[in-house]
Amino acid sequence: MTDVSQPPVATLPRLGEAAPSFEAETTQGRLALEDFRGSWVVLFSHPADFTPVCTTEFVALAAAAPSLRERGVELLGLSIDSIYAHLAWMETIETSFGVEIPFPVIADHDRAVATAYGMVMPGDGTTETSRCVFFIDPDGIVRAMIYYPLTTGRNVDEIVRVIEALQTTDEKQVATPANWRPGDKVILPAPRTVEDANERLARHPDARHWWFCETDG
Amino acid sequence: MACINPDGTLSAVARDLLRLLDTPHTAEAAASALGLPLFRIRATVRELSRAGLIDQTEAGFSCTALGGEALVLDAESER
Repeated sequence: MTDVSQPPVATLPRLGEAAPSFEAETTQGRLALEDFRGSWVVLFSHPADFTPVCTTEFVALAAAAPSLRERGVELLGLSIDSIYAHLAWMETIETSFGVEIPFPVIADHDRAVATAYGMVMPGDGTTETSRCVFFIDPDGIVRAMIYYPLTTGRNVDEIVRVIEALQTTDEKQVATPANWRPGDKVILPAPRTVEDANERLARHPDARHWWFCETDG
Repeated sequence: MACINPDGTLSAVARDLLRLLDTPHTAEAAASALGLPLFRIRATVRELSRAGLIDQTEAGFSCTALGGEALVLDAESER
């Protein structure tokens, strides 16, 4: 019979709250979350250096990095590996795949950052971080999170799409529907009073309902 | 300390930044001048400040006398 006893619940970051601060050794020097203030940060963990799925993710993220930076987004990787393992793996990626990794990667040897962000999922793996992604806005607030298991490589297009959606929301005060892509229609926030609902229908006669109103993005 | 190597030499970014801060720069101006992301300049500024190699003035960050000595020692170690 499967042991269903539960380990102690770890505290995880929550949406809309400040991202846990940290200062950590990375492949680009010692960095603090505060150093990224004013930029979006995609903080992501990978299980281990020199593993194939992680390598495919790094190659894909490196390809996306320039366009993300144009959007004011910095990538920041993390695993429970040493700085020397990171440097050697990145060198191998460059020599074997022709891809230079342009973003810093945290060497979280003492698991301080991984613990603060709940990146180790004991049911998934006790010695490595799962594939976690935290979207942190320019004010240091956690705006979205994605968790993938060790076996499933992340969809980098989705990471970019989430950033585009969050930035659109901030810029236009709208929501984005399922499978939204830039250029698609966006959703106006639903009115909260009878008067505003009537006004919504008057202004948007083609709306499906007062509570379901799409507009050009 | 990442901006100072275990052998006492300066990291490449720390060396470039100290040289640049011979004249005061803001972090943003230094990032632009060195072609580096702002987060790297902020991190390096923090570490060099802790080491007393730069300080902040009204005009921005600038290299201290100790920072100047560090550059000289670093150059000598390169020979």
